[in-house]
Amino acid sequence: MSSQTQNPIMRDIALFAALGVLVLVIFVSQGAVYSVRMLVEAGCYGIIALGLTIQWGYAGLFNVGIMGFIAAGAASSMLMTFPRNPDFWNSGGPELAGLFIVKLIACALALWLANNSNRWGVGPRLRALLITIAIAVSYLVLSFHMTVMSEEIEKASGWMGGLGLPVFFGWIIAGVIAGIIAWFVGKICLGLRSDYLAIATLGIAQIIKHFLKNADWLTNGTLTVSPMPWPVPSPADGEFLFARAAYLSVVAVALLITYLLLQRAYHSPWGRMMRAIRDNEEAAGAMGKNVNRRRLEIFILGCVLMGIGGAMLIHFTSIYDPSGFLDLNHTFLIWVMVILGGSGNNRGAIFGAIFVYIVWVMSEPLAVMLFATIATYGDQWLGWEAPSDFLSRALQMRVFVIGLTITLVLRLAPQGLLPERQARH
Amino acid sequence: MNDLVFFLNKGITSGLIIGSIYALGAIGLTLIFGILRFAHFAHGDLMTLGAFVTLILAAALAALGVTLPLPLAFVVMFPAMAITAVLAIGLDKMFYKPLRQAGARPVVLVMASVGVTLMLQGVIRLFAGVRSRDMFVEAPKEIYRIPIPGATRKLVVTEPQILLMLFTIVAVIALHFFLTRARLGKAMRAVSDNPDLARITGINTEHVVWATWIIGGSLACAAGTMLSMDVTLKPDLSFNILLPIFAATIVGGIGQPYGAIAGGFLVGFCETLAVFNWSIVLRPFKDELWFDLPSNMSLVPTEYKLMVPFLILIIVLIYRPTGIFKGRVL
Amino acid sequence: MSLLDIKDLHAGYGAMSILKGVNLSLEAGEIGVIVGPNGAGKSTTLKAIFGMLNITEGSIHFDGEDITGIGSEQLASHRISFVPQENNVFPTLSVHENLEMGAYIRRDDFSRVMDHVYEIFPPLKEKRHQPAGELSGGQRQMVAFGRALMIEPKLILLDEPTAGLSPMFMSQIFDRVIAINQTGVTVAMVEQNAKQALAIAHKGFVLAGGQNSYTDTGQNLLNNPDVAKSFLGG
Repeated sequence: MSSQTQNPIMRDIALFAALGVLVLVIFVSQGAVYSVRMLVEAGCYGIIALGLTIQWGYAGLFNVGIMGFIAAGAASSMLMTFPRNPDFWNSGGPELAGLFIVKLIACALALWLANNSNRWGVGPRLRALLITIAIAVSYLVLSFHMTVMSEEIEKASGWMGGLGLPVFFGWIIAGVIAGIIAWFVGKICLGLRSDYLAIATLGIAQIIKHFLKNADWLTNGTLTVSPMPWPVPSPADGEFLFARAAYLSVVAVALLITYLLLQRAYHSPWGRMMRAIRDNEEAAGAMGKNVNRRRLEIFILGCVLMGIGGAMLIHFTSIYDPSGFLDLNHTFLIWVMVILGGSGNNRGAIFGAIFVYIVWVMSEPLAVMLFATIATYGDQWLGWEAPSDFLSRALQMRVFVIGLTITLVLRLAPQGLLPERQARH
Repeated sequence: MNDLVFFLNKGITSGLIIGSIYALGAIGLTLIFGILRFAHFAHGDLMTLGAFVTLILAAALAALGVTLPLPLAFVVMFPAMAITAVLAIGLDKMFYKPLRQAGARPVVLVMASVGVTLMLQGVIRLFAGVRSRDMFVEAPKEIYRIPIPGATRKLVVTEPQILLMLFTIVAVIALHFFLTRARLGKAMRAVSDNPDLARITGINTEHVVWATWIIGGSLACAAGTMLSMDVTLKPDLSFNILLPIFAATIVGGIGQPYGAIAGGFLVGFCETLAVFNWSIVLRPFKDELWFDLPSNMSLVPTEYKLMVPFLILIIVLIYRPTGIFKGRVL
Repeated sequence: MSLLDIKDLHAGYGAMSILKGVNLSLEAGEIGVIVGPNGAGKSTTLKAIFGMLNITEGSIHFDGEDITGIGSEQLASHRISFVPQENNVFPTLSVHENLEMGAYIRRDDFSRVMDHVYEIFPPLKEKRHQPAGELSGGQRQMVAFGRALMIEPKLILLDEPTAGLSPMFMSQIFDRVIAINQTGVTVAMVEQNAKQALAIAHKGFVLAGGQNSYTDTGQNLLNNPDVAKSFLGG
């Protein structure tokens, strides 16, 4: 018994010690400024990975739209915290935007009424008709208003600008918005098998990205927004390293708090119930547990963490660019972190996030170097002329490696490096 | 009259074309979903892979100076379909079968297919880059302009569009006969219906799995090739093409090939008609209308085209998760 | 030499063992009925025959061959048919196609067998082009029996064939079992309706706690007061 409990702990310690050595090596070889940046980003990824590990590891939910929740969180935080745009506030824009919100609420109400009309004795056919009408009218009203509004705002002030609120507040809103989107998606898909959730999250992520790229009036679209405000003195105010180190400490504290809260939740009755549902859905359902409701809770919680982590990540890079949200970097990389680290194990997710991110960052110059070498020698020895976009294809090499890692881990080490320890009660 | 021809060109023809492509992709997806019981996320990239196989074969033949009465790409599509089918079986052997045998949960297979799709994406773009390519390696595509009495505008159909429609019709009929007449085809339906009973009955599940990948892979190749022939070969479609095909599959009901065909056309037409500029069709009546006709009156701006399949998907999942043809809800 | 010979079978799901020494032997042409309280391992014994659970000890011989732990897909090639209790048809396939699937492993002409099945179950002939999923419970049961007969099995395994059927159907089913048996097919059947089932059985096996409690001819078991008291409800 003792050896069984001893071993995993030794393994944890050994792996984290190795990670510490790796970080130290990078500090020495690459310098502090570079390493702190990498650690901040790895920490943000850690928060996002914790969000995923509770969805996948605790509840077996397959979310392939992490990018969407990151983007939604980042965009809402940007809107909350970026300085106000006086042109917008002096134009007719606020009035239009306010009216839009009013119409949005009215449409939501109409849709809700139509959807619940069966409670007031409306037959199924009439209800279907009412719902169809409600959807059609809402769509026409909202899309027409949106066209007018976006044209007006773009003409008068370029875009709406932010609200200039404190950064911490923006991060909270990031979580709230991501949570609301998750509520919608989860409400629709969680009663069905996990494949449907995968398809729907994939779709919502693509749509959020498309929307953010094209909604010039709201988020300045592909013109990007910078500089994003920092919660701590930003590098522009003075000391570069100091600013980054301050940001790092904020991220580290956030990561630690998230971890501790999740650990508590894991060992609470709520966490036990989650695992019971994951391991045997039918039995848990038969015991009267409301399986879908628990799943919805955990799905929302995970997405809230993704939204917050995404906002922290984008604020740090200081430029908000909707084209910068990539499935590879913001969805699949996180999947690799979680399954490699050990799903269902919070320490595993953090380990995976930091380790994989370091490998990811270091692999970029390596891949470019490799490709440059191939191009040079190919030219010298074989007279082979590399295509003009040859170096950009180094990126594709990494796409391949990420895919390969996912399939190999699933097959060879489905438990990950730090397997979940089944808590005994 | 001119406006009607415009509507035929931009609305109906495009809808039929994109609908056939979605249908061809969705048939494979629905069979895989029904028989192997997981959502195959690598289907979009399997289409792209198939199109590339075709392109390579066509380019090789063109380099040898071969010319045929039909576009080279269309002719070599048939061997390319066979090659893609073999590749699909290979992918299954390497990545899905070991997991199936280990008794992995279906969601793990979904995840493996995500891994496979990334690998395919990586390989394709590593060797071919991300720029679009023209499938007509030997000569530009032929365009037929058919005069319509009473209109100055002509009905425009391209050669690949006609070939695509003919191919889709033939493929659907062939599939129908295979599934209802052939022993293996019936066995596929049996496995999709009740896999445990099929095994007890002595149906060779391995053969059924092969047949599934052969049909799925070859139709994916055809869909990818046709899509690339209609426009250009874009190596970075993957998730953007995957979403409408999944929507078509679920709308049609999982495990229902006929449903997939109907779903494909439904999604294709919705998409085309939603971004269609209705003001052109309404222009002749502009004096009778009670509002000023805007220059662009599409239901959905083109940049949000992807919204259409997604909304269809969401509405079906809320109100009828079994799809219109009463498929399974897994 | 018995047709089916199960010796001291220990088996279970994963580490949990359910069967703790089951013995069962049937001569060719017999009807064997397995009865016992819930959780005694009746259905589990059938499932153990085709490798759906871990066999830790003991052996299963069929027709002189060791078939311990073969996979369910090999069952048909040994000419053993199984009729599960539930989900025993292919619902979207027509009745005719269901029967054809039953003969999947046969490469020869099986039209004679098909005619024979339609003869035993006349309602199926009428509904041959209807999807099996649209039939009534009793008719689905006929499809399942018919499917199982298509390989002209030496042994047919029935898992609670009368479960969920009305009493009228129940006696019909037992009549069919006898009719099938009279064509020379050995039958091994698990039943809840122990009295009626034992009445038609050549051999009866009363299981309790994963072991044989009583093994005798069907008639003797019915007449045995101990069996009657503890298993047949007086």
